[in-house]
Amino acid sequence: MSAAGTKAPSPAPVDQAPEHTGSRGATLVQRLVVVRELGIFAALLLLVLVTVIANPRFLSGQNMRDLLLSASILTVLAAGQTIVIVTRNVDLSVGSVLGLSAYASGTLLANAPGTPVIVVILAGMVVGALCGVLNGAIVAIAKVPSLVVTLGTLYAFRGLDSLWASSSDRLQINAADLPASFKSLGGARLLGIPVLFLIAAAVVLLVGFYLRNYRSGRELYGIGSDPAAARLSGIPVGRRVLVAFAVNGALAGLAGVLYAARFQTLDATAGTGLELNVVAAAVVGGVAIFGGSGSVYGAALGALLLTTIGTSLPQLGLNPFWRDAAVGALILAAIVLDRTLSLRLARRLRGRNLRGS
Amino acid sequence: MDHAPAPPAPGRPTTGSVVLALDDVSKNFGAVAALRGARLELRTGEAHALVGENGAGKSTLVKILAGVHGPDSGRLLLDGREVTLDNPAAARAAGIAVIYQEPTLFPDLSVAENIFMGRQPLTGGRRIDRKELASRCRALFDRLGVRLDPDRPARGLSIADQQMVEIAKALSFDARVLVMDEPTAALSGVEVERLFTVARSLRAGGAAVLFISHRFDEVFALCDRITVMRDGQWVSTDPTADLTVDQVVRRMVGREVASLFPKIDVEPGEVVLEVRGLTRLGVFADVSFDVRAGEIVALAGLVGAGRSEVVRAVFGVDAYDSGSVRVSGADLRKGSPAAAMAAGIALVPEDRRQQGLVMELSVERNATLTRRWKLARFGLLSARGERATAEEWAARMHVKAGKLSDPVSTLSGGNQQKVVLAKWLSTDPRVLIVDEPTRGIDVGTKAEVHRLLSQLASDGMAVVMVSSELPEVLGMADRVLVMHEGRLVDDIPRSRADESAVMLAATGQGGTTAVAS
Repeated sequence: MSAAGTKAPSPAPVDQAPEHTGSRGATLVQRLVVVRELGIFAALLLLVLVTVIANPRFLSGQNMRDLLLSASILTVLAAGQTIVIVTRNVDLSVGSVLGLSAYASGTLLANAPGTPVIVVILAGMVVGALCGVLNGAIVAIAKVPSLVVTLGTLYAFRGLDSLWASSSDRLQINAADLPASFKSLGGARLLGIPVLFLIAAAVVLLVGFYLRNYRSGRELYGIGSDPAAARLSGIPVGRRVLVAFAVNGALAGLAGVLYAARFQTLDATAGTGLELNVVAAAVVGGVAIFGGSGSVYGAALGALLLTTIGTSLPQLGLNPFWRDAAVGALILAAIVLDRTLSLRLARRLRGRNLRGS
Repeated sequence: MDHAPAPPAPGRPTTGSVVLALDDVSKNFGAVAALRGARLELRTGEAHALVGENGAGKSTLVKILAGVHGPDSGRLLLDGREVTLDNPAAARAAGIAVIYQEPTLFPDLSVAENIFMGRQPLTGGRRIDRKELASRCRALFDRLGVRLDPDRPARGLSIADQQMVEIAKALSFDARVLVMDEPTAALSGVEVERLFTVARSLRAGGAAVLFISHRFDEVFALCDRITVMRDGQWVSTDPTADLTVDQVVRRMVGREVASLFPKIDVEPGEVVLEVRGLTRLGVFADVSFDVRAGEIVALAGLVGAGRSEVVRAVFGVDAYDSGSVRVSGADLRKGSPAAAMAAGIALVPEDRRQQGLVMELSVERNATLTRRWKLARFGLLSARGERATAEEWAARMHVKAGKLSDPVSTLSGGNQQKVVLAKWLSTDPRVLIVDEPTRGIDVGTKAEVHRLLSQLASDGMAVVMVSSELPEVLGMADRVLVMHEGRLVDDIPRSRADESAVMLAATGQGGTTAVAS
């Protein structure tokens, strides 16, 4: 090979730098992206403010701790769901996975009360990861839409859970069956903050750090942003999607253990219907349902917001039935915001791509 | 960066060794042969042009080089050794970078991430080094002379800027072979010049550049050799210095006109469809034409010239920004297919699977979809009425179907097309617009579709036919309207229409080069 190894020389610098194209668009977009998360935060603050005016005791330490505790499990699930949604997929089976993992860890502790908490956590995560691998394998290898796959496994995992519970000698695991060391995890505090919430916060920070700073994390966004372009760029799409589902499963498994520690009464219905709350938290938090954008921090704020609505409406003297309506309104608002944003950008794009007209 | 060798004098002979070669490569997609014995040879330090009509197989060839498709037969040689590129990553590892016709960016990710996806610079902890990422990106942009913010998302970039990002991406590979599939279609003169500066410097550095373009001025300005393809086959490879534009065009189109049903001569009647100054910003501009009863008017041009977009706007599927459409002297409301149908326009779309048929429904349901209100009694469809109408049309169109209750998806492409035609013809249109009426259809059915269109015109229908197949255009059309980059550039009557005239107009050369036929 004669000259193949030589690097190309830099060409003569072009006459003068052209007009700085598109920078206005950039600032607009960046502002909106920041606003996107700030907006949820502002909504959360507003809600807290209004509730505090109506009921100053809302801000009490105990009430705040309860709120954070309630939000922890949803936050862990929302963090996992974000990993899947950014790849333009969705996992509806997380509620059932949580149930399975919660029942599994309860059974483990009831039969071997001496098991260290960390082992229980790992066991729950392994159960969840196996469920996630199954979901991911069907989606990635059989190329079936994840909505359908996980709708199927939602029922399948729940069925497995019921089958297991009904065939064992314990249809329900009660607080009396669980060792004190594990039960204390549910109410434990560190510097006054519930440990469960600290675990959830650590998960959010880790996932956020990974998604932002690692090549494979960025590739997940690439896959969701444009699957065809991802393939052309040589991204191993199938493998990445599989891993995304596996990690989400493991986090749902972790959430199951946290659930067991918090509620301490476990049967085959634990976590039923939770999946839609999780997806709602992510969407309200600005994670685009068609993938490619949104952050795990937004999803966590979304989880916190949904939980706060649930606890503050009674304090405002409103019927808790309003919670669902409020969540629905938030989802619609989030979608309208995203749609407006992309339409505005599309209009910006048009008109410049035909030369001479 | 090492020091640049002096750029060689223009017109120098290509003496480099062969870096990449395609030898007798064939590729089929179902029954369609995209490549049949294609050949290509790229040498170090050369810019090589690949030219051919729409559908000549250029893009398939690019995808084989890019590792997207594997060839069915034939060999791919890198430095004389046979290689298999079974995925895009393998092609990249082999030193082949591709700039696609359509930018393939991630809209949600930043410009810098788009360029370095999967190859982001890392810190010690295997984390992405964002500072380094941005600075490498800036260095590339400096080299290209573009000023884009590396941190802005790709969404919202103009097509030209997207293309510059693609070029920066390809450049960042330090590729030995750079493939550019119509990279200049969206670029302005300054940007094209900048791209050429980069391509020349890569060439001078020993890389091979494969340049695919319909713009002959660019091909002749940049390239050392030209390979011509036609119908998936290699035609010729010659030094640019030995060729003229006329010769290249003739080689691109030079084939005998296949057995086509010639159009029956009809004295055109009154004007039925009047399009005036139709403009959709960024897509097409100032398109005006008339179509008379009994006339078949072909809309020719290269892929992406805006032909389908114009007819979609006429039919009201897409909106337009200014201009007007009149049918038989009455203004047509814009953006309303229902109004267009009521005025007597029918559109048989380009993609019949996506837009023309409901694949899971039966043949009879599909054929009567447009007439369901006429067939309904008290708001309910009568199955018997549906069947009778469907049977009548199936017979008229010679639809070959097992049973009319079978799903449309079980029919062959040609018969599906007949069902789409039946669906629209049963509305008794005055203006029939057909977009690529014979794409992916076997020769026999093609002739039937042509016979049918001709018959309809002689019955007084005004027919607008969008087609990328020159023989079809020349065989069927009373007039050929040629579009180039969103504008109507020529209106060629049947008597003057030949392959060279249409091709030259379509590539933006109309009127500048006289072609003897």
